[in-house]
Amino acid sequence: MAKRSAPEVNAGSMADIAFLLLIFFLVTTTIETDSGLNRKLPPMEDQVDPPIIRQKNIFTVLVSKNDQLLVEEELADIKDLRSLAVEFLDNGGGVGDEACDYCQGKRDEASSDNPDKAIISLKSDRETSYKVYIAVQNELVAAYNELRNREFLRLNPNLGVNYVEAQKKYDDPRTSEDDREELKPKLDVVKKMYPQKLSEAESSSKSS
Amino acid sequence: MSKFKKKKGGELPAISTASLPDIVFMLLFFFMVATVMRDSTLLIVNKLPAADQVEKLDKKDRVMYIYAGKPSSRYVDKYGSTARIQLNDKFATVSEVGAFILAERASKRQELQNVLTTALKVDSETKMGLIQDIKQELRKVSALKINYTTRVGDYTQNIN
Repeated sequence: MAKRSAPEVNAGSMADIAFLLLIFFLVTTTIETDSGLNRKLPPMEDQVDPPIIRQKNIFTVLVSKNDQLLVEEELADIKDLRSLAVEFLDNGGGVGDEACDYCQGKRDEASSDNPDKAIISLKSDRETSYKVYIAVQNELVAAYNELRNREFLRLNPNLGVNYVEAQKKYDDPRTSEDDREELKPKLDVVKKMYPQKLSEAESSSKSS
Repeated sequence: MSKFKKKKGGELPAISTASLPDIVFMLLFFFMVATVMRDSTLLIVNKLPAADQVEKLDKKDRVMYIYAGKPSSRYVDKYGSTARIQLNDKFATVSEVGAFILAERASKRQELQNVLTTALKVDSETKMGLIQDIKQELRKVSALKINYTTRVGDYTQNIN
């Protein structure tokens, strides 16, 4: 009797299975990139001559040890923080040299002169929880972004993107050099209109 | 006529599997590119707080990571449950942060040394005291660019 050859297993569908797997993973894998809130710390050396800042140009936000929020010495809810900050930054109460021609605020005498002078001072206690602190920071950054978006859209109405999207596009390594060159001055103008002056002060109670 | 004669047996011709290695290699390369190696094993709980006004932290070679949080459950017996700092693979005290930053900075390329960002990956249940201490140390070594690493989400998730 002739030797029977072993039957060959049909492996033609193997490619299909492999492709199916490949597509599945292509869809489900998210290439992890970290994201977060960028901040800049003040340098260590003490300034010899600290500039005098008028009280009305400072917007104090204090997060107490019980995670309560004190905005300008008054108890506030975090939901209102964004609008309060926008109101303060966009006030434009200054006159003469300090006038702000693009501000749409109330021009209240007792609030900030112009966005360049306006400083948000964020204080926290050692017992404040980090997540609340981040939530507050997030809302303050949101206030800046809201105003920057508004001005960016006003200055570049036919670009079709707002400030945040434009910044994202600028940071994207896939954006071509030409596009980036084009975006940079536009972004810088808006950044200059509403500079992010957010100071993170030391803890209010320096407990040992 | 032999021209129209049917093949004997009618056996299926073996399908070529020559493309199979290609496919497998394609998969392999895809995962090689897409996988991010976690370079330090976490000894701490690291549930990041949520924020939505975030900026991306591209260019991994310009980032130094500082982790902080409570030791994870299997280390609680050994290290207690107060929040701690983790640098690379081990726990550290606040005073070691400065040396760590200087060492990290020295290990980077010359042209990157001025543009480094410190990413603070801090667990949401941490108290600000620890973070303020870290920030103070960072200021001492003038590592001023920091990034509070968060996950993307609405801020209300942080408040309960």
